[in-house]
Amino acid sequence: MMNDAFDLRLAESHIEVHKFRSGAIVASTFLALVLQAFVPVYFPKFAVLDLPLLVVIYFGLSRRNPSTGLLLGMMIGLLQDSLSGPTVPLGLYGIAKTIIGYLASSIGARLDTEHPAARFALTMMFFVAHQGIITLTRRLLLSEPEPWFTLRLAIAAAVNAVVAVVLFTLLDRLRKS
Amino acid sequence: MAGIPSRHRSVVLLAGVIILQVVLLAVQIKRDSQGRLLRVWTVGAFSPFERAGAKGIGNIRGTWSHYFALQNTSRENEQLRHENDELKMQVNQLRSKAAEADRLSALLNFRQGQRNVPMLAARVIGTSADTASQTVYLDRGERDGIRRNMGVITPDGVVGKVIESYRDTAQVLLLTDKDSGVGAMLAESRIQSPVGGTGEPLLSMKYIPTDDTVNVGEHVVTSGMDRIFPRDLPVGVVTEIKTGRPFQHVRVRPAANLQRLEEVIVLLTLHPLEQKKEAPPPAPDATGKSVSGTAAVNP
Repeated sequence: MMNDAFDLRLAESHIEVHKFRSGAIVASTFLALVLQAFVPVYFPKFAVLDLPLLVVIYFGLSRRNPSTGLLLGMMIGLLQDSLSGPTVPLGLYGIAKTIIGYLASSIGARLDTEHPAARFALTMMFFVAHQGIITLTRRLLLSEPEPWFTLRLAIAAAVNAVVAVVLFTLLDRLRKS
Repeated sequence: MAGIPSRHRSVVLLAGVIILQVVLLAVQIKRDSQGRLLRVWTVGAFSPFERAGAKGIGNIRGTWSHYFALQNTSRENEQLRHENDELKMQVNQLRSKAAEADRLSALLNFRQGQRNVPMLAARVIGTSADTASQTVYLDRGERDGIRRNMGVITPDGVVGKVIESYRDTAQVLLLTDKDSGVGAMLAESRIQSPVGGTGEPLLSMKYIPTDDTVNVGEHVVTSGMDRIFPRDLPVGVVTEIKTGRPFQHVRVRPAANLQRLEEVIVLLTLHPLEQKKEAPPPAPDATGKSVSGTAAVNP
């Protein structure tokens, strides 16, 4: 057991915890929520993106602290709930993004997630998981028979993953060198 | 958290945060859907930026179209003139058709019947942050006289109704939302049935008995039975019919382009809108419940 723990620490030792310029997380979150709310008015297809989720994933993977990741996910999720319609009760996106924030920061602490291929795959996985949690919550708590998987979900996951690769590269510039 | 091993703290925190939110959800489900303070604060904080963004895009579009995108104006002008001549001929042909005369007559009747309904134009400045919820935000609110349950339309047809009114902003539930509905009827046969949203682009006309005849392409208009919208406003066109027992599954394409709303009209009244003389038989309202002749929207 001791050796296993030692090996794990050695394996993780090269993974850097990134810090960001002051206000970077708040500004990114705010911008993502504003864009998510008003851009689809002019470009309806933009609604396929979930920018707040991408922000949660990015900062979760970069900060690599599960507590910070889940709290950030909760905050962003609740803000998204507040900006949504009456069919979205407060907490629906909150729960989903809390879990994704936790998972992203936990995985970020164990794997090197800087490579675009890793970011693409992880974003796809987190997007599907996020929708799965929302569907589960809707079915269990709201008694709404949402489908588990649709073609639209697969396309949306791929689109979000592609956008994430570009967006994460831009967000990397907000890191403290 | 002091007695918990550090490696388990984040898991405990995760469990605590999720339980808190589940409780929060449960409390809401039991409550009536009143506007919550968190919603009011969040909308108040974000709407100025959405408004500024909408205005900025409008200015950029205006500047581009008025000052920069004039390269092909002369050619376009010539083309438009040509098209205009063709359209004039088409209009003359259309005017000669009796069916069109009937529709124009119906429209004229509607306008004359609703002269006293005050209306307000509003701009769409935001949409729901959630793809499952079909709502939009307007740049007008309580200060302009907008209240909950007021009807929202465009010249093309019904859009939805106001569900929350803040100081300078109002939230509109679109007809396509799963919780939305409007009292409607088939324009030709006058068969009444509520039309509701499905969360998808097409609407559902819910209570058409299997014995009644419905044709694809038939127009659907408001019945006025919901006491929110005046009678004979376009709701949509029947696009799909499937047989079922005891009701047919009728899908309706909305008349208004709900995917791309930029400006809408709010009907500034909460009083029951005046009905025509002939009393239609009682029919289910938008939520599927029976509407009596004296039922009215909350003042």
